[in-house]
Order: sequence, then structure tokens, then C-alpha cells
Amino acid sequence: MPRLSVWFVRASLIYLLLGFFIGALILAHKGIPYYAPIWNLFPLHMEFLLAGWLVQLAMGVAFWIIPRFSSGSPRGPVGLVWLSFALLNAGILITALQCWFPVSVLIGRTAEVVAGTLFVVGSWLRIKPHGVM
Amino acid sequence: MPLLTRTFIKTAMICFTLALTLGITLAAGVTSGLFPIYIHLLVFGWLTQLIFGVVFWMFPKYSVEQPRGSETLGWWTYVLLNIGLLLRAIAEPIQSTESNPFSGWMLVFSAILQFVAGLLFVVNTWARVKER
Repeated sequence: MPRLSVWFVRASLIYLLLGFFIGALILAHKGIPYYAPIWNLFPLHMEFLLAGWLVQLAMGVAFWIIPRFSSGSPRGPVGLVWLSFALLNAGILITALQCWFPVSVLIGRTAEVVAGTLFVVGSWLRIKPHGVM
Repeated sequence: MPLLTRTFIKTAMICFTLALTLGITLAAGVTSGLFPIYIHLLVFGWLTQLIFGVVFWMFPKYSVEQPRGSETLGWWTYVLLNIGLLLRAIAEPIQSTESNPFSGWMLVFSAILQFVAGLLFVVNTWARVKER
């Protein structure tokens, strides 16, 4: 597994734990109410599990698994995908501030869109038939 | 494909089918506490469980002796995840329509089981996420 995939996948595992933890707090509150403001964490639960866990894991595994080039950099423009990793995680963390700074959703989501676009650009040419250089 | 992976994937497929069926019920207007069950059957019971199974099978080997890490931890993850999801699927509609201490504590218990399932999965997977 390449180093960048290790970072993507380990970050996704951390978000899985955070998302599960928040989800457990909310579900427990549904059962035995103990602190109503816990619902303020609901957007974080969704953000961490959808973008942080599912999307990030898919990006990490895709970077590892999809076909490589036989000449030049085997996984294409790796720097671009590192930037995508950094922006995705910055976007998730900025979005997580929405309880306190509502404008952070717009900034965070924009970072996530740029991250996704960089990932697509960096991976596009690797989606190719077997035997193509 | 190892037995644990097959069990994860087949259970995930059952959750997928149940979620789609529940979607029809929701579309027919029966909504009492069922929407969160629908979402979690899809995202947790189907997608996440499918991923857990495939990760256990396909990720880099932990060691020659234990290529897939601890199989016991893997089975505990499976059991806790599915008991937690099942308890939630039973208790949440009851709690949203006729709230009572029994269904309330079932939800708390379900929350703990699902979190521990995630924790065990991460513990068992972390060392397998490594550079070659």
C-alpha cells in the first residue's frame, strides 16, 4: 500500500471512531435523555462518517488499487493527490466548526470540492484498459 | 474468501434488502421512527459492514502467522455490530411512539455495542494499514 493510501485509510479509521462515538452519544440520548444540546453534534456525525470515513476510505483504496502507469510516476501526479488529501481533511475539520461559525460550512465544503476535483484530475488517466502505458 | 468475510458480506446484503423494503414502507407513509433505521441499515448495515468484510479479506497481511490480524476480534466486531443494529431496529420505533425505560435502555445498550464494534474493527485493522 503506498504511503498516501496509508494516510487516507488511517485518517478514515480515525473519523470512523469519532463518527461512531458521536453517533453513540446521540443514540444513547434518544434512549435516556441526558443532555439536549448533544443534538448539535449531529452534523459532525454525518460529516465524519460520510466524508471522513466513507469518501476518504474510497479515495485511499482507489489510489492504491487502480491501474498504474508502466513508465514515469506509476501513480501519476502524486503531489496533486497529496494536496487533495490535505484539502479534504482541512475541509472536514473546517466544516466541523459549523456549530460555532456557520460560515465554516461554505468554506469547508469548498475545500472538499477542490479536494475531490484534484483527486479526479490526479486519477483520471489511470482509469485505462489493461496493457495501455 | 474467509468465512468471516462471507458472513459480513451476506449479512450486509440482507441489511441492504431490508433497507430497500423499509424504503417502500416509508414511501407508503408509515414513518414512526423508521427513517433512522432505514438510513442506518443502508449506511451502517450495508455499506460499512460490506467494507469491514472486504477490508478483513483484502488489506495487507498483518504477519505470516496472523495474516488477517485477530480473527477473534473480527468475529466480535461482527457480533457486536449486528446485535447493536438489531437492538436499535427494534427499540427505536418503540421509543419514538411509546417511550418507556426498557426501550430507552435498549437504545443505550445498542449505542455502546455499535461503538465498541467500530473500536474493535479499528484496533484489528490499524496495523494492517502499512506501506509495503
